[in-house]
Amino acid sequence: MSTENRLTAAYLTVALVALFGGVVTGLLQALEHAGLNFPPLTPVIQSYYHSLSLHGVLNVLVFTTFFICGFLQFITARALGIPLASPRLAWFTFWLMAGGLVLAAIPLVGNAATVLFTFYPPMKAHWAFYVGLTLVVVGTWLVTLNLALTYRAWRMLHPEVRTPLAAFMSLVTFVMWTIASLGIAAEMLFMLIPWSLGLIAGTDALLARVLFWFTGHPIVYFWLLPAYVSWYTLVPRQAGGKLFSDPLARTSFILFLILSIPIGIHHQFTDPGIEEGWKLLHAFLTFAVFFPSLLTFFNVVASLESGARARGGKGWVAWFGKLPWGDPSLAAQVLAMLLFTFGGVGGLINASFNLNLVVHNTAWIPGHLHLTVGTAVTLSFMGITYWLVPYLAGRPLWSRRLGLAQVWLWFGGMIIFSNALHRLGLMGMPRRTMIGASAYLQPEWKAALPLVGVGGTILFVSGMLYFLNLVLTLAASRGPAPAVPEFAEALSGPEHAPAILDRWRPWLALTVVLILIAYGPTLVRLVATTPFNAPGLRVW
Amino acid sequence: MPMRKGTTVYLYELVWILPSVAIPVGMLVALLVTAFGAGVHLPGREGRVDPTRVSQTAPFDRPGVVEVAPGRYEARIVAQVWTFAPNEIRVPAGSTVTFVVTSKDVVHGLLIHGANVNVMVLPGQVARATARFDKPGEYPFLCHEYCGIAHHTMWGKVIVEARR
Repeated sequence: MSTENRLTAAYLTVALVALFGGVVTGLLQALEHAGLNFPPLTPVIQSYYHSLSLHGVLNVLVFTTFFICGFLQFITARALGIPLASPRLAWFTFWLMAGGLVLAAIPLVGNAATVLFTFYPPMKAHWAFYVGLTLVVVGTWLVTLNLALTYRAWRMLHPEVRTPLAAFMSLVTFVMWTIASLGIAAEMLFMLIPWSLGLIAGTDALLARVLFWFTGHPIVYFWLLPAYVSWYTLVPRQAGGKLFSDPLARTSFILFLILSIPIGIHHQFTDPGIEEGWKLLHAFLTFAVFFPSLLTFFNVVASLESGARARGGKGWVAWFGKLPWGDPSLAAQVLAMLLFTFGGVGGLINASFNLNLVVHNTAWIPGHLHLTVGTAVTLSFMGITYWLVPYLAGRPLWSRRLGLAQVWLWFGGMIIFSNALHRLGLMGMPRRTMIGASAYLQPEWKAALPLVGVGGTILFVSGMLYFLNLVLTLAASRGPAPAVPEFAEALSGPEHAPAILDRWRPWLALTVVLILIAYGPTLVRLVATTPFNAPGLRVW
Repeated sequence: MPMRKGTTVYLYELVWILPSVAIPVGMLVALLVTAFGAGVHLPGREGRVDPTRVSQTAPFDRPGVVEVAPGRYEARIVAQVWTFAPNEIRVPAGSTVTFVVTSKDVVHGLLIHGANVNVMVLPGQVARATARFDKPGEYPFLCHEYCGIAHHTMWGKVIVEARR
């Protein structure tokens, strides 16, 4: 087995163990909303909020990050047709990240970091939680370094050729993330770590939130772009067709690089201490990042259509039924796309400046997040593992039918779950709250709350079927391993892409300039004037 | 639609790109109209307060409701784990109430049902939000940011009394 394969298997193992923990804790929260008492699970899970912290950290920080590091290193090496530049660096990075994860997991599991995945200070977790997560972030930078070195090695051999699309997209994803993660790194290194170690006495809520959301919005694109890599470069082929337009795909990724970061303040529309004008600018730029999302929608759907027509599909809409729906990998990703359209529309509502007042911090937000990272990302990643795990294990998927059942259950369960949360949010129900025990439970919420439990239970069953299928693939499946899906050809190929799309400096310069405009004045003012006088508190 | 290489692809791209620009621009115009035409504003910069000295700092040294002009009230609220002080605010119907809020400890939030008030309450920052209450009745307000183990018990109400 090649280094890339073993490395990817290692990352996937960590990711899927985390997802398992995330799915189990998710069930507990959903049932709590449906009116069941939160079960006494001490000492494993000590409270609703302990469970919620585990759910968030395991799903959106651990599962996503480890999956992405494994998947995109695999894809890049494969697309460039050369091994990773430094296998030693790659393994050092993996163990650094795994070590950081263990360090963060000890206080998290031990109820010493029940601060949710957003860990807003002055709520104070154990220092090991902050140090561990920081090591994971540093690990992702080393992945970027290794991918960049690999790209450079390939470029020496192929000076005149366009970068293969999948490698280009993987690089953009990691470069964007590396710039974006500077916010959270600064929050950790200059504020939370010295403060949790007792080296500095106080902290500040607003500056910490600005730094957190500097990273906290683009992290959504760090989760999403790897799914796009699959949708653009593999799914068209899996659907039996071709990618519609390679240059358009490159254009949209460059726009994601430029526009993902200078929009984080749209998470802080209701924060005091930031002028309305800056909030408006971030709203405007968030609308701009909707544009590459629409380009992606068009390009990916047109690619699916080319596959369905090649398989005999007809009509304006009827072709959709001719996609190879019997393939759980494809079905998962097409269903993920379908729900993501609603996630995209909801995202525009969140970003709409004063309209955000209606939904901010309500159940609408987790309703939205479960469509985006909980479905567009998670269900796509599940779809990817339906070919990637069998390939790495060297044996076929244990059951395609079980895989299909799992995929449709996730789709149906999520519609029920997410719709209920969206509606509850519009009725003013707060997010991330132990609603069943709340003192202010409103009568009008009671009709929708059981649906949170029903949807959550279906998602849990789907999750368990997923893990069952993977475990049986490893333990009981016999036969030859299926091949890895080939990268899709394009109807309008890379030869139509202008050379400027394959250059880095102008786009990176533009990225930095936009960040300086959107964040510079606010950050400079806050760093210069913040007194850091909020002491820490353990409130759980 | 049949698919051919070259110019056809560009044509389809163009047909999609134009509305892709027009839709976000149209939405942006709509929100600008509501913000600056209808006056639905977001919280802004209202000043700092030392979170360790909230009870000695005006106006939070005397939390409560004050009539600042005829029909206009200011509700000065201190948020802390896991209460609002005060947690009951009485105003007559037809009042315009500005909520002036800060936190003594961790991050909290303030969401008022039936009113356009949704604001983060950060230690160190003064938050202001204004709403008009025309209909008599009870308007529950609650903390909507996780603030610890009893976060879900942190709430209060605005009681709007009919004018006699």
